[in-house]
Amino acid sequence: MSVRQALLALLEQGPMYGYQLRAEFERRTGATWPLNVGQVYTTLTRLERDGLVAESGDDGEGHVIYRVTDAGREVVATWFTTPVERTQPPRDELAIKLALAVTVPGVDVGGVIQQQRSATIAALQDYTRLKRARTPDAHDPHEMAWSLVLDSLVFAAEAEVRWLDHCEARLRRAQVERDSSAVPQGAAAEELQTNREVRR
Amino acid sequence: MTAVLHLDAVTRVHGEGETAVQALRSVSFAAHAGELVAIMGPSGSGKSTLLTLAGGLDSPTSGTVSVEGTDLASLGANGRARMRRTSIGYVFQDFNLIPALTAAENVALPGELDGQSSRTARKLARAVLEEVGIAELADRFPDNMSGGQQQRVAIARAVVGERRLILADEPTGALDTETGEEILRLLRARCDAGAAGVLVTHEARHAAWADRVVFLRDGVVVDETGADRVEALVDAGATR
Repeated sequence: MSVRQALLALLEQGPMYGYQLRAEFERRTGATWPLNVGQVYTTLTRLERDGLVAESGDDGEGHVIYRVTDAGREVVATWFTTPVERTQPPRDELAIKLALAVTVPGVDVGGVIQQQRSATIAALQDYTRLKRARTPDAHDPHEMAWSLVLDSLVFAAEAEVRWLDHCEARLRRAQVERDSSAVPQGAAAEELQTNREVRR
Repeated sequence: MTAVLHLDAVTRVHGEGETAVQALRSVSFAAHAGELVAIMGPSGSGKSTLLTLAGGLDSPTSGTVSVEGTDLASLGANGRARMRRTSIGYVFQDFNLIPALTAAENVALPGELDGQSSRTARKLARAVLEEVGIAELADRFPDNMSGGQQQRVAIARAVVGERRLILADEPTGALDTETGEEILRLLRARCDAGAAGVLVTHEARHAAWADRVVFLRDGVVVDETGADRVEALVDAGATR
């Protein structure tokens, strides 16, 4: 996760203590990925160990304030000018589930797809409700940041539905091709029967 | 809540005998006042057929289509045409504005065809154009407007005269994502103001603006999300 870089980028705007960092992070990402304070302090300790941040006194109430070091600034600059790696896709439960559903006999693949499509669209409806409930304010960059994070969730869910539509269309076409080319005798007929079950 | 649009066991068969195609098979469906319903499905699933039946542009082979409690089949062709001018608004993917008329004239057209004086019709048209946020474009011709602006005019034309049923067929298909979203925001606002809306789309991102999403496959309703319509509306106001 990019908590490390995100905290460094926040500190680049000015020294802060842990709770402040957490609040700023959530303000910009709409609490989409909640951080606990423990996580923030663990990250700060590691950043300090690596020489990217340094303690800078306290706020008078015992909160240790951190500031970014020159090395830390360089890391932030590199982060913003380097694309996020896409070569190692995160493990995707849905893709794995579907890959197994089409290969394990007797699974209702159409049902798996439709059930997921409904669930993903229900999530999309929730995101859209959040969007509707807010009037976009072009002048508030924090509001804009959160709204763009929301859009990212919307587009990712949409991509998932498109992929499901695509899977369904391909499976249906393959089924039609198998039905028209299969000679319904002996083993072929048996296989056809299994395919029908999968489709149902 | 009253159903503005009601389809009861509607079947539509195109052609006869061996080559007959069942575009819709015994579909029952309702859209209520204040509700936006999205219909999703691949090409050939029957979603456009459903919309043309709802708009009285086509008649079912069996079953009934009622708008505001009136069975469209009982009206005859003239009665259905009148219904389309006064009660049903239709929004198309390619806007379908008349190029030789200004925005205000396009919006005034259904009223004028229905016998309103041209002065009354234009006055109403200007008021609706203002509601959809393009009062300043009233005297412009479609060719001098962007796609998003033209679709706003088309929506104004679809809602002028307090029409309570808005049917939209892929209304954002020709627009970029941000403009498309503005159009959905507008449709949504018309439904929040009391109209019943039916949105046909193949894009999940757009369907998500609806209270309910109905899935069609091979002419049959296979699934539906967000059936908790009333709660959904309350939540929308309460969250964040």
